[in-house]
Amino acid sequence: MKVVVCVKQIPDPATPYKIEEGTNWLVRPDDQVLDDTDRYGVEMGLQLAQASEGTVTLVSMGPNGNAQGIRQALAMGADKAVMIEDDALRGSEALTTARVLAAAITREGYDLVIAGTESTDGYSGVIPQMIAEYLDAPALTYATSVETGDGSVTIHRQTADGYDVVKADLPAVVSVTAGVVEPRYPTFKGIMDAKKKPVDNLTLGDLGVEPATSQKVVSITDAAERTAGQVIEDDGEAHQAIIALLEERKVI
Amino acid sequence: MANIWVFVEQANGAPSTLGLELLTKARTMGDVTALLLGEAAADSMKVIGEYGASSVIHIDTGDRLPSAPTAAALAAKVGAGAPDLILFGQAYNDRDIAGRLAARLGVGVLSNATDVRLTDNGVETEHEVFGGAQIATAEATQGPFIVLIRPKSFVAEPAEASTPSMSILELPDPGASEATVTDSMVEEREGPQLGEAAIIVSGGRGLGSAEAYALVESVAKPLRAATGATRAIVDAGWVPYAKQVGQTGKTVKPDVYIACGISGAMQHLVGMKDSGTIIAINKDPDAPIFSVADLGVVGDVHQVLPKLIEALETR
Repeated sequence: MKVVVCVKQIPDPATPYKIEEGTNWLVRPDDQVLDDTDRYGVEMGLQLAQASEGTVTLVSMGPNGNAQGIRQALAMGADKAVMIEDDALRGSEALTTARVLAAAITREGYDLVIAGTESTDGYSGVIPQMIAEYLDAPALTYATSVETGDGSVTIHRQTADGYDVVKADLPAVVSVTAGVVEPRYPTFKGIMDAKKKPVDNLTLGDLGVEPATSQKVVSITDAAERTAGQVIEDDGEAHQAIIALLEERKVI
Repeated sequence: MANIWVFVEQANGAPSTLGLELLTKARTMGDVTALLLGEAAADSMKVIGEYGASSVIHIDTGDRLPSAPTAAALAAKVGAGAPDLILFGQAYNDRDIAGRLAARLGVGVLSNATDVRLTDNGVETEHEVFGGAQIATAEATQGPFIVLIRPKSFVAEPAEASTPSMSILELPDPGASEATVTDSMVEEREGPQLGEAAIIVSGGRGLGSAEAYALVESVAKPLRAATGATRAIVDAGWVPYAKQVGQTGKTVKPDVYIACGISGAMQHLVGMKDSGTIIAINKDPDAPIFSVADLGVVGDVHQVLPKLIEALETR
């Protein structure tokens, strides 16, 4: 089975994010990291590919920088990566991202596409469905478990009060929640091997995609800040202050 | 007058609260058509009328996963009589149908909006960014505009009762993009739910271990509170995803929110900072959670919570 996993490099969430003046785009440094939520998709892809003697190809759009985030996913065990970088993609909207990824996935060929449910930096949460529409494939979303066999895929799809069992024929797109599998940590050998794995770099021209430009961020302003209240040091009796406030608010 | 479609999913035979929030907003902006997903229920129709929809398009996909057939059918309808704006909630089926519909129509989606308005140029939306510290205003100029609204952005309020006209959305035959729901499981859950509870007690990584989450549950019990969690401990497998509060989990606005061992990452703050009263207990005096807390206790949850539990239980 040929598995394609969509991954994204994002600015390290542990660092403060910056907005570029004028464009209101997120500043993306050369040093980006693999979006933590993508590790679940990579792990799921590796397990499904291994069970079917298949392969895992990573597809990623955005400024390549030093590609260290992609190397993180290759070090987990993915076979190769396809990266799409193009100045025209800066600040692109979800629709363009989905078009680009779908075009790259089509170019690679696939049985199963895996993506996270949303990225940590942009979190539009609609990309997996959009990709599926462009591929004319089913999208089995918010998976908490994934199984493949006999040319089909079956997932447990998270719902508000439990889960649905959802099935579709391959090829298909699946979006996975955190917790679908326990992601592995790269081994030393994995990290060394990742340096030699093939990474294809593509541009919009290679894929024949025109970016959409129908939306933009027009302004960013400070929100009305919630003011901090009283902060006390626990001297062994801090619970009394909590009780007092709960009484004042008439909830106890 | 603007023509606005609003997606409303039913849960247990009634329109979702999120759907009613969107209807309440939409009726101030134009003439409203509700896209009602789920088995037909007479009560739902009545409620939809009370919340200001003049017509209802009923969508029943049976055991077909809704996104593909619904998006295809709606796209065909958009071609016939174009709405100016289609509102969805930031929820599972909403996201799926909105994404698929947008790709089919070749228009953008504005996600995670907390406000929306029609302008001379098109549509403007507001989005909380950086944990709600800043508000981004986005503009789209090519319609129909598809906007996903975060839960609890508007307060659901009924208007005058009216009887909306109803039609049924005709679905296309299953094609290559079809998926089937073969079974549906409801997970047993005890106690108040996150969306409805007046008080929420949440735990984060500062608890130290999965076992220590029992402290959070013990605080919640005498308060009849719902229990929540940060993404960090959900990812760590300590508690199920259904408890996650934040950007990628639930947005909550309880009267009181008690954060135990939560540092206050942006991703968490955006989901709870509009709570009535926030109480935070954390070891780190520099934790960002203290900047939104009405009462902050700098201390160890393992010291403070047992005493709090005892005090609550003996009341």
